[in-house]
Amino acid sequence: MSGGVDSAVAAARAAEAGHDVTGVHLALARNPQTYRSGARGCCTLEDARDARRAADVIGIPFYVWDMAEQFHESVVDDFVAEYAAGRTPNPCLRCNEKIKFEAVLDRAVALGFDAVVTGHHARLGADGLLRRSVDYGKDQSYVLAVLTAAQLSRAMFPLGDSTKALVRAEAASRGLAVADKPDSHDICFIADGDTRKFLADRLGSQPGDIVEATTGAVVGQHAGAYAYTVGQRRGLDLRISAPDRNPRYVLSITPSTNTVTVGPASALEVSTVVGTRPIWHSSDFSVECSVQLRAHGSVFPASVAFDGSSLVASLASPARGVATGQAMVCYQPSPDGDIVLGSATISETS
Amino acid sequence: MSYLDHAATTPMLPEALDAFVAAARAVGNASSLHAPGRQARRRVEESREQIADALTARPSEVIFTGGGTESDNLATKGIFWARRAADPRRNRVVASSVEHHAVLDAVTWLERHEGAAVTWLPVSRSGRVSAADFAEAVSGDDVAVATVMWANNEVGTLQPVPELAALAASAGVPFHTDAVQAVGQVPVDFAASGAAALTVSGHKIGGPIGVGALLLGREVECTPLLHGGGQERDVRSGTLDVPGIVALAVAVELSVKTQRETAERIGRLRDDLVARVHAAVPGAILNGDPTGRLPGNAHFSFPGCEGDALLLLLDAQGIACSTGSACSAGVAQPSHVLIAMGAGDAEARSSLRFTLGHTSTVSDVDALVAALPGAVERARRAGAVKSR
Ligand SMILES: Cc1ncc(COP(=O)(O)O)c(C=O)c1O
Repeated sequence: MSGGVDSAVAAARAAEAGHDVTGVHLALARNPQTYRSGARGCCTLEDARDARRAADVIGIPFYVWDMAEQFHESVVDDFVAEYAAGRTPNPCLRCNEKIKFEAVLDRAVALGFDAVVTGHHARLGADGLLRRSVDYGKDQSYVLAVLTAAQLSRAMFPLGDSTKALVRAEAASRGLAVADKPDSHDICFIADGDTRKFLADRLGSQPGDIVEATTGAVVGQHAGAYAYTVGQRRGLDLRISAPDRNPRYVLSITPSTNTVTVGPASALEVSTVVGTRPIWHSSDFSVECSVQLRAHGSVFPASVAFDGSSLVASLASPARGVATGQAMVCYQPSPDGDIVLGSATISETS
Repeated sequence: MSYLDHAATTPMLPEALDAFVAAARAVGNASSLHAPGRQARRRVEESREQIADALTARPSEVIFTGGGTESDNLATKGIFWARRAADPRRNRVVASSVEHHAVLDAVTWLERHEGAAVTWLPVSRSGRVSAADFAEAVSGDDVAVATVMWANNEVGTLQPVPELAALAASAGVPFHTDAVQAVGQVPVDFAASGAAALTVSGHKIGGPIGVGALLLGREVECTPLLHGGGQERDVRSGTLDVPGIVALAVAVELSVKTQRETAERIGRLRDDLVARVHAAVPGAILNGDPTGRLPGNAHFSFPGCEGDALLLLLDAQGIACSTGSACSAGVAQPSHVLIAMGAGDAEARSSLRFTLGHTSTVSDVDALVAALPGAVERARRAGAVKSR
C-alpha cells in the first residue's frame, strides 16, 4: 500500500472478497531522513501515514516493510548502470520484477501468505493471462509484462475491470481519504524529477562529442552520453546545424567511445527489434501480434519469434525512437482486453 | 487476545478508571479561587500527598507533568540549563547508552542545539552500567547532570540506582533516573535512592496515558520547559489535569502497595514463559540480566528470524508483543539498547519482547507457546529468503 488511491481500493476489494488481507507499505528510501525531505515520490512519511490510515478504514492489519537495501541494489543501482551503458531503463518495471513480485512475494509466501495484491491497472483472470485494463489510458500491463507465469500465479490485480474514475469514486464512497490524492507520475526515487541531474550526481561529468551520423562530423558536445535517450530531440544544443536544415534526433549512444550519434528523423526508423531476457507465455513460438516498445507508447503490428533466449519482432511498419533497455511487450489483440503474450528487454534494433 | 506488551502500556486499574471518571465529572480548575476550584485543588493536593507517600518523597517534590516523556525532558534539559546558568563550565551530560528515547533524544538535542558535551556510558552484555565507569564520568567539574534509568524498557535490566546516585551526590552532580518501568514492579523509594529527580508515568502502572510526574528534590534547580501559569512550583505550567492526576495517584498507590505480590506472581509467570519458550524454540536466546531484571520482562533473540516477521505472525494469531523499537515511519531500526549491549545488527533485529502485567494469566503464556514454534519456523524461512 503506497499511500495512494489504487492500492487502497485494491486492498479493500481483496478484503471484501473474503481474503485474509494484510496491508504492507514498502519503505524504499535508504536513508530514513529522506522520508522527511522527499516531499514527492513514493516513500515519504506522509505516504506511510496515508497507507496506514487507509488500512485502518478497511480494517486490516498494516505493517511497513523495509525494502530499502533490495530496492537500491535491484532498482536504483540498475537504473544508473543501465544509463551508463547507453540504455534507457524502466525502473517501475524493474521494481515489479525484483521488489513487489520477488522480494515482497517471497517474504510473504515464506510467512504463509498466498499472493501479493497490488493496485496496478491490469487484468489477471482465472486463466492466468495478463490483460490490459479496461481503462486503456491507465493500463499498466506494460510494466507487469516482465512477470513470469510463477509470479503471476501469486499476483492479484483487483482493479483491472475498473476505470480510474471509478476507483476514485469507490475510494470516496468507502471513506478513504486518499480518494483525490493526485497520481504519482515521477520516478519515486528522484524526488525533484530531474533525472539528468540525478544521473550526473552519480556518474559525474563525462564530456564527449555529438556526431552527425551521415557525415561523421562533430556537431556538438555533451557532458555525459548517459544523459541521452534514443529519439530525443530537445536539449541537444548543436553548434552546427544539419546540412538539410531538418531537426536532429539522437540515433544511438555509444558508451565505449562516449559519443552520441544524431541524425534525421528518418534514420530513427527501425523495423526489427531484438530483445533479451524474454518472458513467453504462448505455446506458439512464432506469432502475429502487436508490440509496444515503451510505456504508454503506441503499438505496432509485428511478427514475433521466440527462440528460448530472445524475442525478435519484425514490424509491419517502421517504429521511431526505439530505445534499448526499454521493454518490448507483445500483445494478442482481444475484445476483452489485449492479452500479454510475452516481453523482453530491447537489446538491438535495425 | 493475549496481551504480552504491558511495557508499552498496561490496562488501567479499575480503581484508577473509576477515580478518573468521577473526577472528570466534576468541574473545576485547580487554580480558581471559588469553591469548585478549591475542590479541584484539594483533589490535586491529596493526590500529590498520596504519590509522595507511596514513593517516599515530600509532597512539594511531586511535579505533575504530561507523562514520562515530558518528565524526562524536563529533568535532563531543565537541570542542565539551570546548572549551566549557575556555572558555565558545567556543560556535560552523563547518560547511559540504553536510555529510553525520551532521555536519549533529549540529551542528543542538548548536544546538537546547546553545545552540550555528552558522556555516553557503556553497558555490559546484560545491559548494566558499571559503577566504576559512572564514578569516573561524574568526577570532572564540568558535569551538569547525570541520568541513568532505573529499569530498561526493552530488556528489563535493573541499574544499581542507589549506588550511582550516591556516587553522583559525592561528586556534587544532580542525578536523574527514569523509573517509568520500575514503579510497581520493583521497590522504588525516592528518598532512599538518593536521586535528585525521578520520572514516573501513569500508563505503565495502571493509570491513564498522558499524565506523569517528576519527583524533583526541593533543592534541585530546574529551568522550565513550558512557560505559563507556573502551576507546578514554577517549574511546569499548564492547567492541572485533575482527573488524570487523581487516577495517577490511585495507580501509584495501588501498584506500590501490591508491588511485592505482583512481582512474585508475574515473576513466576515470566519464569514459566522463559522456560517454555526455551523448550519450544531451541536456540532462543534470553537477553538482559538473568536475575536483575523486571519481573514482567522476557526479551529474546530468535536467530535467523526478523523480529518484525515474528510480530506480524503472532499478531495474526492474536498475540500482542513488541520488537521493542519503533520509529515514526514504522521501519524497525535495530535497537540501540541491544547494540549497546554488544549485539550485532542481525541479532538485534531478531529480537522480540514479551512483557507481563497485572492482567496476565497462564493462558497468555499458553497461547504464546502454542503459536511461537510455527511462527519462528515461518519467520526463519522468510529470513532465509531475505539473505539469499
Ligand atoms: C523507560 C521509559 N521512559 C519513558 C517513557 C515515556 O513515557 P510516556 O509514554 O508517559 O511519555 C516510556 C514509555 O514508553 C518508558 O518505557
